This record gives sequence, C-alpha cells and structure tokens, in this order.
Amino acid sequence: MSAVADNYDKFQKLGTEVISMSVDSQFVHKVWNDTELSKMVDGGVPFHMASDGGGVIGTMYGVYNAKSGVDVRGRFLIDPDGVIQAMEVLTPPVGRNVAETLRQIAAFQHVRETGGKEVTPSGWTPGGKVLKPGEDLVANVWKFWNPKDVYDKK
Amino acid sequence: MAGASCNREVPQVEGAGTKPSERQEEKKEAVRMGVMVGEKAPDFTAPAYYKGKFTTVKLSDYLGKWVVLCFYPGDFTFV
Repeated sequence: MSAVADNYDKFQKLGTEVISMSVDSQFVHKVWNDTELSKMVDGGVPFHMASDGGGVIGTMYGVYNAKSGVDVRGRFLIDPDGVIQAMEVLTPPVGRNVAETLRQIAAFQHVRETGGKEVTPSGWTPGGKVLKPGEDLVANVWKFWNPKDVYDKK
Repeated sequence: MAGASCNREVPQVEGAGTKPSERQEEKKEAVRMGVMVGEKAPDFTAPAYYKGKFTTVKLSDYLGKWVVLCFYPGDFTFV
C-alpha cells in the first residue's frame, strides 16, 4: 500500500480517489501508518484506510479467503457512475504495479470522454494511437495499428 | 421424418455430464464471486483511519469520481 500512497498525487491528477481495505481494524491501520508507512511516505497515508472486519465487504467483492481469514489482493477500478470497469486479483506474495493501474485509469477516462468513439489498444498510454470502432475497421486493424508500435518501442 | 425429431431429447449443454451436486457447487461458486466488470460495485460503509482521525468511508459518497478500491491481505505484511 505504501507504493499507492507514495504515488497518490498521480491518482489525484486523474481525479481519482483511493480507498484501501483489509480485515485489520482502523486502530491497527493507525499503528501501521504511524510506525512504518509514514517512514516510507512523507506525511503518512493520504487516503482512507478502511476496515473490513470479518471480511464482509471482501466477500461481496469475491476476494475474501475464509480459509486464511484475509482479503486477497483485489484491485477494483470504479467509474463515476459506480460501475466496475476493471479488476485484478493476486495472491498475497506478489505486489501490484501502480503504473499499470494509472495507465488503465487514463485509458478508461479517454474512452469515457470520447463516449466510446475511441478505444485504446493493448499497451496504450496517453498520446498513443487509438482506434475508432466502425465498419471501416473490421478486418482492417492492421492498417492502423501494430503491436510493434507499442511493445518494440525503445 | 419431421416427426422423429420431435421425440429427440433436448440437449442439455449447461452442466452436461456433471452430477447435480457438482452443478450446485458451481452455482454456489458463481454466487460467491459476486462482482463483474460492467456491473455496479457493491456499496459499503466501513470504519476507517484517515489522516490521524477515525472516521467512516462510504463508497457511494464518491459517485461522480473515479475510485480505486484496493484490498490487501493485512497491515504489516511484507509485500
């Protein structure tokens, strides 16, 4: 969570709020923030650290593991209408990539701003090539876009 | 021969070849998972720690904004 906290300004630039959630109480969140996270992040965690006692919320989102009694690493991107646009779930030993979350937010925001007239191909980043879905594009994506445009860029 | 086809058993694609108990198991699994992209995020109110204060956070208070909701296994875990 320290990585998200340390990059909070980038989320704010995208008009995005962050909520973290684990089965720990809010009191334990405070101790973790005060004794450890604030040593990695200037000023401590800048967003709500929510408590999911008993995993009730994690169960609603399908990320509560009753065997281990914890919420696994589930990340949900929720749009201004309250609709889930993306989700990613990892087992505990591997951390997430904040840059990928930020990239997805920017991509979903671009699609939303264009009313779905422009969609973002694999690996898109702001300023990258977009595609305009329509009859002309059927079987013609190769004329407009190539995976090498994105993945072989040095 | 048109009449013959009327006597054919309707193929059961869903859960074909599985025992009823297995099908029930699958159904339970589907209910447990709960969320899907393109669907509304379940609303919640939860106690929270926020910048030195104890408060509550309600997801639907953020309607009109983008929200990243991050679950993690626990405070003081290493990753």
